[in-house]
Amino acid sequence: MTEFSQEFSEPSRKDRVSKFTVASIILIPLAAILFQVYVPRFFTYLQYLELPLLVTVYFALMWRSPVAGVFFGAGIGLAQDSLSDHPLGMFGIVKTLVGYFAASVSQRFDVENSVVRLVLGFFFYFFHQFFNWVLTRALLGQALDFEPQQTIVVAVLNAAVAVPLYRILDKLRVTG
Amino acid sequence: MEFFLSRYRNLSVLLVAILAQLVLLAYQVKSNQDVRLIRVWAVTAVTPMARLIEASRSGVFHFFSDYFVLLDAREENKRMKRDLDQTKMENQYLRTELSTADRAKSLAIFQTHALSKTIAAHIIGNTTDSGAKVVMVDRGSSSGVEKGMAVITPSGIVGKVNRVYSFSSFVLLINDQTFACGVISRKNRVHGTLKGQGNSTVIVDYVQNEEKVEQGEWFDTSGDDLTFPKGHPVGEATVVRPGKSRKEIFVTPSGFQDGLEEVLIVLEGVHAPAPDGALGNQPVHLLAPPPADGDSAATSPPTPNGLSTDADRLLDRYRKIGEAQKHVYGERGSGAPNYNASLDDARKAQDAKSPAQPANQ
Repeated sequence: MTEFSQEFSEPSRKDRVSKFTVASIILIPLAAILFQVYVPRFFTYLQYLELPLLVTVYFALMWRSPVAGVFFGAGIGLAQDSLSDHPLGMFGIVKTLVGYFAASVSQRFDVENSVVRLVLGFFFYFFHQFFNWVLTRALLGQALDFEPQQTIVVAVLNAAVAVPLYRILDKLRVTG
Repeated sequence: MEFFLSRYRNLSVLLVAILAQLVLLAYQVKSNQDVRLIRVWAVTAVTPMARLIEASRSGVFHFFSDYFVLLDAREENKRMKRDLDQTKMENQYLRTELSTADRAKSLAIFQTHALSKTIAAHIIGNTTDSGAKVVMVDRGSSSGVEKGMAVITPSGIVGKVNRVYSFSSFVLLINDQTFACGVISRKNRVHGTLKGQGNSTVIVDYVQNEEKVEQGEWFDTSGDDLTFPKGHPVGEATVVRPGKSRKEIFVTPSGFQDGLEEVLIVLEGVHAPAPDGALGNQPVHLLAPPPADGDSAATSPPTPNGLSTDADRLLDRYRKIGEAQKHVYGERGSGAPNYNASLDDARKAQDAKSPAQPANQ
């Protein structure tokens, strides 16, 4: 087989879609949301970890389907909203956008590369926090502060957690 | 249309999903109502697990504490801490009452006050919003908790109940950015509004630069917000500096000092009843005017209607002088009476002119 034909026989980046079991798709986001409810009670410093967002980004990247990313992001966001103090839809809208853009980005980058994952984790956390702040100001009329420096630091921490977390989640993929 | 949807399928789905959530959001904001069913399901599903985790954590902690560290000392320590907390609460209450009584000299206010009725609650979880300072407690509407109730500890205020479910509630902590309540400084009695900042300190806003607040001064609740009982400690001012138009006052909350595990929800506060009745048309107490030299009219008591001023008395005196001089006011060409003559002189002159008339006429 020639090099040319080998190149054509490999699936394109767009076609390399990961699959997960239904249990993983339900339990992983649920665990991420419950983590936010319980764990910061005992380890206060972990409250900066936005696990539902990291999980949203991961599944959207792996599925490479913007439509799936939209529904997955909306589902996690609304579930998160139902256990938060603000009106339903705030996290839903933001995570819908995150899911869509993460899936769109995955068609152009090698999302299994750790550096790419680190950068995407950082970018999407910052985007999530900024857009959430914009929505809170625009739709709810709450004059909350947005601190870019603090957000960048927390985004780096979240990105650092995302890389090993995604490696663990990779093992839950269904092969074949 | 079909071409558009197939060509821009992803974008169409995104727009529909965003639009649907915007409508949901707009409904909640516009009608000021919650989609309660979804929340109730979610919170009800989470609460038992939260209780279980909290109970397991506390059980394991107490087990080690009891058997390996202090044996029975923990129970005694717990009892003593509870007694101490109660004593602190009573002490705080009495200090506030004494201070109020001293300032107002009002024993009646002191008597109308009573200790707040509270209910203890455990913090069992956080909300999913990492930026918000909201916690979940294990008391809900079944325990009499209502939205807006104050949440305190013996050391200071903690927050207020923001959402209530059957067996749990969300408490908005005082360091959340959306929190606000009325406070008053303990020494200089300066009123302000406490606001959360999203971090460990809170600020007291709306205090003018001209007003005096000292660093290290304590702030208490003022009761203006009708949420927190008046006189409960809030925290100590750690930074006080003049700002552009208002003072910048940073306060370290005292309610968080010992960590947040158990809190008290105030079911009934200790506000004194507001005064009834309209404020207008109330009598105004006026002192009698100081006596003028040689003028007996000035020492006369106020008129029965209570409106006795210098002008009234002067008019009365001129009228009497006119009567004594047989002057008819308003008659053309009659001139004016001699106002420089005293009232006694005018009466004597009149008596001399008409000696036949009896004195009493």
